[in-house]
Amino acid sequence: MNFKDNKAIYLQIADSIGDQILSGALTPDGKVPSVRELAAEIEVNANTVARTYDHLQQNGVIYTKRGLGYFVSPDAQEKIVASRRNQLMQGEMDYFLGQLKAVGITPAELQELYNNYLNK
Amino acid sequence: MFTISNLTFSYNKRNGDLFHDFSLELNAGNVYGLLGKNGAGKSTLIYLMTGLLTPASGEVLMDGENVRRRLPKTMSDLFLVPEEFELPRLTLKKYVGINAPFYPRFSMEDMQRYLDIFEMGGDLNVKLNSLSMGQKKKVFMAFAFATNTRALIMDEPTNGLDIPSKSQFRKLVTTCMSDDKMMLISTHQVRDISDILDHVTIIDQSRVLLNTGMADVTSKLAFRPLRDGDQPIFTQQSPYGTLGVVPALPEEETKVDLEMLFNATLQNSEAINQMFTTLK
Repeated sequence: MNFKDNKAIYLQIADSIGDQILSGALTPDGKVPSVRELAAEIEVNANTVARTYDHLQQNGVIYTKRGLGYFVSPDAQEKIVASRRNQLMQGEMDYFLGQLKAVGITPAELQELYNNYLNK
Repeated sequence: MFTISNLTFSYNKRNGDLFHDFSLELNAGNVYGLLGKNGAGKSTLIYLMTGLLTPASGEVLMDGENVRRRLPKTMSDLFLVPEEFELPRLTLKKYVGINAPFYPRFSMEDMQRYLDIFEMGGDLNVKLNSLSMGQKKKVFMAFAFATNTRALIMDEPTNGLDIPSKSQFRKLVTTCMSDDKMMLISTHQVRDISDILDHVTIIDQSRVLLNTGMADVTSKLAFRPLRDGDQPIFTQQSPYGTLGVVPALPEEETKVDLEMLFNATLQNSEAINQMFTTLK
């Protein structure tokens, strides 16, 4: 797994699990690899992966069954979409809008660009 | 697991002490990265920890026993992979036959599996002295991990390994690590091992410059391009602008840049250490 520099690794692993849930590679109530399995697979310290799972559990994306391991929450997809929407609106959107303003793109132009994008 | 107390050691009295009143604690369940400049004493510390050198004063205890006594109980639960070593003119099978009995938890099955991870095949009749340096290192490490000792100490394990083997080495560490084990990896190749560490220990002769968990580093320090208003502890130029080690903002968690952390600690260990003590 290749990690970007700007985000803690445990959060990048959480993003990657989120991607797998959104793409359907991990299904609701399906089993998530154990901490050790995933650590060995992506060559990352097991305690880092344990932190990822804590984080996902706190956000209600996965849940534990005692002795059986971690499973995908039934409403994980909605939770991930909501949290990513939140992130986008708070961080990247602000930067993006700033860039649009800096180069003088009008709201009307932006609307047209977005419509074209959706129709692609 | 290891208690190093008030260690004093010199190779040569005229050059003064390499270690003076040096103390450090290493606990099970952690993968430690031991970092330090050339001549900082990393290898010497490793030899003192494994009972190969005798301190002038002070002691190293493993599970309460002085390692210098080299008790069977200690030596059978401790494995050292030195940076450079020779292997005898034997087949791997013979070598295992002679050496494995010293390690009660040695597993042949594990060794086969680790040789596979290193893509070294399963030919136990391979002559050890016919192998290249990198291949020797991989075979020896496969043996080392298969001894299942609770303490595994490796001096520059990724030196001499080719690019795919470095990733295989990380896989081996993450596969073999468990809560009752302690691994110590001494290295200059910080990029090779950054993601597999629990704990980073930076030493400079008598001093432990930094000794802290990676999770703590992530939550207290940020490694990134500087922004207005930052009060960096350390800065460095890069093709992408000025990068810095800065106190992490609330909720800010960046990937630990071990190389920058090391340079920052050498330059200003007090400021770095303050980040880990004031907030406790």
